[in-house]
Amino acid sequence: MQENKTRRVDLGLLLSYLLLIVFGWLNIYSAVYSEEHGFILDMSQRYGQQFIWIGLSILTAIFILYIIRPEIYSTLSPILYIIMAVLLFAVIFVGKEVNGSKSWFFIGSFGLQPAEFSKITTSLLLSYIMSQYGFTLTNKKMAATAAAVVLLPILLIIMEKETGSALVYLGLLFVFYMQGMSGWFIILGFSLAAIFSLTISFSPLTAIVCALAACSLLRLLIWKRGKWFISAVAVIVLIAYLPKLYATLPFLELFKPEVWALILFIPHTILWIVDIYKMREDRGSFYLILSLICAIAITFSINIIFNKVLQPHQRARIENLFGITEDLQGIGYNVHQSKIAIGSGGLTGKGFLNGTQTKYNFVPEQSTDFIFCTVGEEWGFVGSLLLLIVYIYLIVRIIVLASKNFDTFTKLYGYCVASIFLMHVVINMGMTMGLLPVIGIPLPFLSYGGSSMLSFTILLFIFIRLDMERQSKE
Amino acid sequence: MDRKIFFIAGIIIAAIILASRMFYLQIIEEKYKVNADNNALLYMTKYPARGEIYDRKGRTLVGNKTTYDIMVTPYDLEPFDTLDFCRIFNLDTVAVKRKLKSYRENRRRVGHQTFTFIKQVSAQDYSHFAEKAYKFPGFFAISRTARVYPFNAGASLYGYINEADSAFLAKNPDYRRGDYVGITGLERSYEDVLKGKKGYNIMVRDVHNRVRSSFKNGEYDVEAIPGKDLTASIDGELQAYGEFIMRNKVGSIVAIEPATGEILAIVSAPGLSIEDLTNIRTNYSALAQDPYKPMFNRAVMSAYPPGSVFKAVNALIAQQNGAITPQTMYSCSRGFFYSGGKMGCHGHKSPLNLKESIMMSCNAYYANTFRAILRDPAHQPIANAFDHWKEQVMKFGFGVKLESDFPAELAGNLPSTKTYDKIHGKGRWNAFNILSLAIGQGEVGATPLQIANLAATIANKGYYIIPHLIKNPPDSARAAKYSEKHYVGIEQEHFAPVIEGMYLAVNAPQGAGGTSRRAYIPDITVCGKTGTAQNPHGKDHSVFMCFAPMDEPKIAVAVYLENAGAGGSWAAPVASLIVEKYLKGEVERKELEDYVAHSNLRQFVPIKRKR
Repeated sequence: MQENKTRRVDLGLLLSYLLLIVFGWLNIYSAVYSEEHGFILDMSQRYGQQFIWIGLSILTAIFILYIIRPEIYSTLSPILYIIMAVLLFAVIFVGKEVNGSKSWFFIGSFGLQPAEFSKITTSLLLSYIMSQYGFTLTNKKMAATAAAVVLLPILLIIMEKETGSALVYLGLLFVFYMQGMSGWFIILGFSLAAIFSLTISFSPLTAIVCALAACSLLRLLIWKRGKWFISAVAVIVLIAYLPKLYATLPFLELFKPEVWALILFIPHTILWIVDIYKMREDRGSFYLILSLICAIAITFSINIIFNKVLQPHQRARIENLFGITEDLQGIGYNVHQSKIAIGSGGLTGKGFLNGTQTKYNFVPEQSTDFIFCTVGEEWGFVGSLLLLIVYIYLIVRIIVLASKNFDTFTKLYGYCVASIFLMHVVINMGMTMGLLPVIGIPLPFLSYGGSSMLSFTILLFIFIRLDMERQSKE
Repeated sequence: MDRKIFFIAGIIIAAIILASRMFYLQIIEEKYKVNADNNALLYMTKYPARGEIYDRKGRTLVGNKTTYDIMVTPYDLEPFDTLDFCRIFNLDTVAVKRKLKSYRENRRRVGHQTFTFIKQVSAQDYSHFAEKAYKFPGFFAISRTARVYPFNAGASLYGYINEADSAFLAKNPDYRRGDYVGITGLERSYEDVLKGKKGYNIMVRDVHNRVRSSFKNGEYDVEAIPGKDLTASIDGELQAYGEFIMRNKVGSIVAIEPATGEILAIVSAPGLSIEDLTNIRTNYSALAQDPYKPMFNRAVMSAYPPGSVFKAVNALIAQQNGAITPQTMYSCSRGFFYSGGKMGCHGHKSPLNLKESIMMSCNAYYANTFRAILRDPAHQPIANAFDHWKEQVMKFGFGVKLESDFPAELAGNLPSTKTYDKIHGKGRWNAFNILSLAIGQGEVGATPLQIANLAATIANKGYYIIPHLIKNPPDSARAAKYSEKHYVGIEQEHFAPVIEGMYLAVNAPQGAGGTSRRAYIPDITVCGKTGTAQNPHGKDHSVFMCFAPMDEPKIAVAVYLENAGAGGSWAAPVASLIVEKYLKGEVERKELEDYVAHSNLRQFVPIKRKR
């Protein structure tokens, strides 16, 4: 039996996992590297410690694959969930404060973060509840139970002031979606997030242009209207960007591409409204333009509320909620340095151990949350893109494998795992590249840290193990 | 199944957004690549010595001395004896501890940056620090230059330097925070010449961001280029003498070399002292609140009524326009009477001709003359004649900026027809309404610099060179600007009666009616014109302009004393002392010098206290 199982571990997942941890370890080595401590197994340094964590993780993985019986996960999930909830609650009182959040237990010099592990228990319990016979989201009580499972850890983690980690749980919305929740929730949620981050990171103008473009594009895709117009706009905007691609001519600053796009989109939108008025389009189209108008209104209100209406301390509170607070203490500087580090990598990077930006401590938190800087600087666009591809492969592979499962628990758990990885990768990379506000969450398998390394490993390998069952049944 | 496709499609879209951001940051945007080099290499600025300023005889007016800035890199700090440290620089222990604490609290933001801890430490304190430096890791000193002023005069003229502020930095990208820049006076006007060019040593930082070594053995280091020295047109001794006389008076002295337009001395009293200048940072607010406004340079910024010295301008314009000739006689019966009014005058012989009118400063004569100008048949109605007159006056540099190299120079003021249209109604005013312009009163305002320039113009018989403060203009544009002759549009022959009148005003025997007897200097032919400017702020202002010697003028002087009474009584002797000092090197009329120097005229000046 043992030998058969070995063969059935999904090779794709296993290889991407190994690739990621080794790559991560090398990058931590490079980020912390100094001439005094050159040996990669120096236990006084982070790369030495990370090696221990990697070893521990691999042992745990083997343990999960070959020792623990997979049936216990669904049975034990309520108990595990409750234990973890208690830990999450306890850490608020007995935990040690690190960087302003109380989310760490310390056992000797090694710290543990319950918030990292509660992702696993939450995923397990959510999958367990949703896989019960007769479960449907149309039943309000059942839907509320499922939602409560996700909301409880979010609440507790917010109380620990680890808002970033709490945000990850929102990724579990995907699982609800897969189980029949209307996709509009997801679209609504992400549109709001997109509009918010576009407005804050760039400008209201950019957000409006993006909303215009997205809605017009949807109209084209679904109702096949405005084809010529959209193509024309696309071509003109591209032309407007061309000079920016080749040379940044100062006078073009006056004609920002956003302004071009805005002006060009206006007649299209007017014609569209006229069409609706003349009953030439169906209701869907009407709702689309309604949401477009809402999007524009939201952009303006965000800006006005954020900058004019809110008092400074209220603004600080919102910034705190979105994790922008740290900006005030200098993460704005961090993001700038991080962009410099990544940008300086160029096409092929500066090479292993040759990065000047990350090595010389220009980027704080470079071995944990900002590890992607080291990748960007030393491995360049090629390395960064390959890393992204490995992540996307890992996530998509999990979804594909999960969807093949007839066992609902395994299938749903797979979706949970995929969602959590997706949130981590998108938020972390988005943050280091200045697309999203600074939300301090680790990059799976790359960031330094025992809790995250161990919890991601457990998260992934439980799925791999559960998936082996499918294959053995086939 | 459908949902799985949407889910994966969403993931792919997210991936595409991230990938395009990578593409943008790493392939398209150039600025991050440049920034990266700046980050790893440390450019240690080498500050150039600022150019020195010499006077026209080569004496140093503004020099340099080395001082030290104590820098701190909070990251490298280790616990040290704060008390010992404070004792070296005579600092407040509590303040230092507070500062260190704030570095600790903000250590994430502070990172590896270096800050200036104490500015401008003396060489003596520095040497004490250097001995003990090993006890204070994280602190080090860099040398800077500070200004010294060997001549105890001319502070307002040199101006001060200070650290560039945010507004300045925004407009001048070449400057960095912490750079010093000239804020006023010569330091500002010739900032481009004096500042020199910063250099830098490129250092490579090590793992802990400490400076490790010189980058490629200093191959790419750039030496600092010291600023160029300036030779000011100022005569340091004369400047000091002027300030000495003016120390208990309120007003200005401007002395110009007529042939070159070089300013020999420019005094504004009360002005800044050298001490104020050196400690401008600490004294600033006290100076700004001083009711005598020492920072306000009266010589170039104060628009006073010029008073009777302005009669010379009207005399010249009237001749040029053919309104009068040197032989024109007007009578004066202690004033000029017209329907509805009278312009008073003092007692003197009557009738009198042009040259005598200057000598005795007759108001009636200039009332008649001004009326004749405004009745010029070639320019009627009166508004046209007035405009023509105004144009001619402006050619003398009144009502416009002279464009000297004094940064704060003002234009003064001249009325326009609009002014009078507003007061009296359009077309409803006549020569009598504006008669006070005849004698330099009313709506005309001139700076002492403009009055001195008038004296120089008369001395040159028809032109002036823009008054300026330096002898060696740093570039050809400025060299051309400060050598060009500006003709004022008056034929040379018309100057003779005016000059003769000015000569007589000073040199006519006692009892002949000359108004400027007190400017008389044995064996120097001074030509002068007094002015007594009525003003709403109390006693009359005392005004005097002169040049000397008559045949080959070497110096033109304007003196303006606020609320000091008649021009002949105070301004004239002050001007004559300046002339004598400059031409003879030493004042021989000790009695007069003593009397003038020790007379406190400040007491008559009404003070407007700021709340």
